[in-house]
Amino acid sequence: MAAKPKLWYFRGRGRMESIRWLLAAAGVEFEEEFLETREQYEKLQKDGRLLFGQVPLVEIDGMELTQTRAILSYLATKYNLHGKDPKETGFSWIESSCCFVRIDMYAEDTLDLMMMVVVAAFKPPEEKEESLASVVKKAKTQHFPVFEKILKDHGEDFLVGNKFSWADIQLLEAILMVEELDASVLSDFPLLKEFKTRTNNIPTIKKFLQPGSQRKLPPDNHYVKVVRNVLQF
Amino acid sequence: MSRKPILHYFNGRGRMECIRWLLAAAGVEFEEKLIEKPEDLNKLKNDGSLLFQQVPMVEIDGMNLVQTRAILNYIATKYNLYGKDIKERALIDMYSEGVADLGEMIMLLPLCPAAEKDAKVTFIREKTTNRFLPAFENVLKSHGQDYLVGNKLSRADIHLVELLYYVEELDPSLLANFPLLKALKARVSNLPAVKKFLQPGSQRKPPTDERQIEARKIFKF
Repeated sequence: MAAKPKLWYFRGRGRMESIRWLLAAAGVEFEEEFLETREQYEKLQKDGRLLFGQVPLVEIDGMELTQTRAILSYLATKYNLHGKDPKETGFSWIESSCCFVRIDMYAEDTLDLMMMVVVAAFKPPEEKEESLASVVKKAKTQHFPVFEKILKDHGEDFLVGNKFSWADIQLLEAILMVEELDASVLSDFPLLKEFKTRTNNIPTIKKFLQPGSQRKLPPDNHYVKVVRNVLQF
Repeated sequence: MSRKPILHYFNGRGRMECIRWLLAAAGVEFEEKLIEKPEDLNKLKNDGSLLFQQVPMVEIDGMNLVQTRAILNYIATKYNLYGKDIKERALIDMYSEGVADLGEMIMLLPLCPAAEKDAKVTFIREKTTNRFLPAFENVLKSHGQDYLVGNKLSRADIHLVELLYYVEELDPSLLANFPLLKALKARVSNLPAVKKFLQPGSQRKPPTDERQIEARKIFKF
């Protein structure tokens, strides 16, 4: 029996949270090791387990994967959340490739949005407030209108190919993250509201949203302190 | 007959250059529509061709693709530069992302305020010498093959070689202690399609200069 994937990161969201979401939504159990000291981090580096000296690190299928997007893409494909593979399904190149490239485009965009929140945590208080306000504004004017229109144009339940995918999981994660900053952010987006309700109720996601799951809390001062101490910046 | 891909971007490297390299290395001819005035960008936005109101945008196979990585992933898959299976692809992605991290630092250097520039250059040199180049040198050393993954040319090799040219532009001595990387650079540079792209007069763009920085200020990026 295959070992469970093992995640190495801080005890917080950061760049690992989207990976946790993807695994959880796919119904895959995973283990976590939390970095709390500089020594743990230096050991990982010395042992040669961090290709570029950085976390996230995910041990899976005999590999030590780093780089968030590499990990996300691997998991999405492995757990059939990356659309149709043109080589495997015998679909025409255009038909199936449209699916995976659309998923990539949408996932890249929501990841960009969420990274702004990740990075904001480490800014001085005034800048941080400004950054987070900017995130809310961008979500309302640049990001969410696009997804609302996508859902409107095809009238389907999911973003791509009428099938649940990595793009949907990340969109939900992004919606919840921005709602934490401004609860009214979806007020002009009725289809996104429905999307949120629908995806929240997918059993694996519903479970992940319960207290006591491996979902992590928004970054607080303690988290920032630990990360600064471990990475020494 | 299918049309050539059309690239929409500014007249400079920025976030489109890696796409130009990949297409060129794959032997794919492409056209470019260069954005030179604010009106050019506004037209694209108003046409609805930019999904998230941003460039790069590549018209290919009947689609208007945006998001650099999505575009690169598509091209790599289409032209068989993405490994033979999911595990090879994971390695290729990991290496490509590392290249992109260092590449981003170097790309943003011209935008750095003058007062901070020296410190930034020192930082980049340190990361290049101690973090990134050793990682790739070790990958090549570990298997002794000609290419990073699966003993076959992939996008990872193309992205890395592109980066090595930028490292060389910054300071040629940075490559001194990395013989396998130098060999990879020579090997990939000699592939006919790449050799052609490296000639003067190709669609390869020169380093960012003052004019481009001014243009970026207008376009606010």
